[in-house]
Amino acid sequence: MALAYELRCRECGKTYPNTPLSICDACFSPLEVHCDLEAARGSFTREKIAQGPDSMWRYKALLPVPEDYVPATPAGWTPLLAAPRLASRIGAKNLYIKNDAVCLPTLSFKDRVVSVALANAQIFGFDTVGCSSTGNLANAVAAQAARLGLKTYILVPSDLEPAKILNTQVYGAKLVRIDGNYDHVNRLCSQIAERYNWGFVNVNLRPYYAEGSKTVGYEIAEQLGWRLPDNIVCPMAGGSLITKIKKAFKELIALGLVEEKEVRFFGAQATGCSPISTAVKTGADHIEPQRPSTIARSLAIGNPADGIYAARAIRESGGWAEDVSDVEIVSAIQELAETEGIFTETAGGVTTAVTARLYAHGRIKADDLTVTCITGNGLKTTDALAGAYEVERAVRPRLSDFEAYIEEQTEDRAILEGASVR
Amino acid sequence: MSVKVLLPNAFQKHTDGTKEIQSSAHNLPELITEIETSFPALKTHLRDEQGQVRRFINFYVNEEDIRFLGNEKYDFKDGDEVLVIPSIAGGCSPHGDTRFAPSQLCCCSYCGQEECSCA
Ligand SMILES: Cc1ncc(COP(=O)(O)O)c(C=O)c1O
Ligand SMILES: [Zn+2]
Repeated sequence: MALAYELRCRECGKTYPNTPLSICDACFSPLEVHCDLEAARGSFTREKIAQGPDSMWRYKALLPVPEDYVPATPAGWTPLLAAPRLASRIGAKNLYIKNDAVCLPTLSFKDRVVSVALANAQIFGFDTVGCSSTGNLANAVAAQAARLGLKTYILVPSDLEPAKILNTQVYGAKLVRIDGNYDHVNRLCSQIAERYNWGFVNVNLRPYYAEGSKTVGYEIAEQLGWRLPDNIVCPMAGGSLITKIKKAFKELIALGLVEEKEVRFFGAQATGCSPISTAVKTGADHIEPQRPSTIARSLAIGNPADGIYAARAIRESGGWAEDVSDVEIVSAIQELAETEGIFTETAGGVTTAVTARLYAHGRIKADDLTVTCITGNGLKTTDALAGAYEVERAVRPRLSDFEAYIEEQTEDRAILEGASVR
Repeated sequence: MSVKVLLPNAFQKHTDGTKEIQSSAHNLPELITEIETSFPALKTHLRDEQGQVRRFINFYVNEEDIRFLGNEKYDFKDGDEVLVIPSIAGGCSPHGDTRFAPSQLCCCSYCGQEECSCA
C-alpha cells in the first residue's frame, strides 16, 4: 500500500521518498513531511475522530505512520482548561490553558513528537535511537524507547537539571553529558548521525518528529468544539512546535473541520535565550544566534533550527513575540500554580509571563479567545524554586499548639499587610 | 598556513564523495570560493538565486559557531578545523537510491564502527 505522506524540501520543493533524512541534497534546506490531505479526507472526519482513542492517535490519519500502525504508547489528549482566575489577574476574559504538564508518559509535549519519531525509527529498522535534548525530549525518548525495546543514546548539555537527568537514566537509557550548551550538543549529534546508523529523533528523523506537534493544534480545535481560537501563545526553543500548531490549523481548515480563521500566533522565550523573539521584534529575516543564559533550560537553544520559520509564522499571522527575565519566569510559575492549580516547569513560566505581558501591552485584547500552551511539568525543575519557600518549624501534635501557630500566622500576615495587630 | 575542512554527507553527491579537504583560505569568504572552485558542481547548490550562501549552512571553527568569532572577519589560524554543517543535518543520504536500506549505511548497529560486524 502506498503511504499517504512523503518528504518535501521547504525551500525548493524537491520531494523524497520516506527516508531518515532531514535536509535536501539540492539546496541543503530542511525537509518536511507532506501529508496527502485528499487521502485523509475520508478517515479524518469529526465522527471518526470522536470514536477515539483518547490519545493523540485519534488523529492518526494525518500523522506520518502507515494506516495499520498500532501505537505502543498513548501520548497526548491532555486537558484544555478554562483559566478564569489567572485571566482575572492578567486582565483577560476568555483564557484557556492547554495543559501538557500532564502529557503522558513523561509529562511534557515532547511525548507527542517522540511517539511519531519512534514509530518511524522502527519502520526504518533502527535498533538504536537517540536525540540531542534540553531535557524533556531526553525523558520522552528514554521512556518510549524502553517500551519498544530500542537501545538509546541521549546527549544533553552538562548543566541540565538533576530531575531531567534522573528521569532519563531511570529508563536504562545511555545518557551522555556534553561539556557545552545545547547548540554544541546538537552540532555533535549531526556529526554522529552521519557516522552511526542511529535514529536521532530530532536530527535524521526530525521531519517525522515535528509532525507529532500538530496534535497539540488538533486537540485545541476539537476541545473548543471544532473551532479555532483567536490567539495562541506558545513557548519556543527550536521553533518547531509553534509552526506545527499553525500547520495543524491549516490542515483542519483545508479539510473543512473548522471554519476558516486567521489565528494570531504569539511566541514566548526567555530573555536569556531569545533569538526568535529578537528576530520578530526587529523584523529581521534571519536568526542571530545567541549563547543561552537562563533558568529556562528547556528553551535554551541559541541557534534554533526552525527559528526562521517560527518568526515568519508569527509575523504572517499578525502575532508577536516577547521574552521575559528569570525573575518573571519564577513568579509566573507561582502565579499559575496559585490561580489554576497547574504546576509547570520553567518553560511554562516563560509562557505564562509572556501571556500576561501581551495582555498588559494590549497585543492581545481582553475578550479574545486565547489559548496559552503549557508544555512541561514543574516537578522536573523544582530547582528553579529553591529558596522560594521557608521550611516551617514543626508544630507539636496538640490542638493548643496548632491554635498558637494559627494565631502567629494571622499576626504575621497582618504585619505583612501593614494592618495594626489587634 | 592550512586548515582542515570537514564537509557534510549532503555535499558528497556534489563532491564525488570527498569528505575532507585541506585549505589555505584565510577566512570564510575565501574558503567558500575555494570550495566552489574545487567542486563546481556544488556551487549552484551552495548559493540561492540571489547568489547568497544558503542560510541553513552553518560553519564552525574548532567546535564554535563562526558567527560568534566574527563570521567573515574571523582570520583562520594554522591548524583550525572547520566544520560545514547544514542546520539539523545528519543521517545518511540515500545517494539517489530511492530505497533506504539501513544495513548498507555507516555502522549497522550499536557498536558504531563504520565496518562493524555486530548486525
Ligand atoms: C517544555 C518545553 N516547551 C517547549 C519547547 C519548545 O519546543 P520547540 O523546540 O518545538 O520550539 C520545549 C523544547 O525543548 C520544551 O521542552
Ligand atoms: Zn531543497
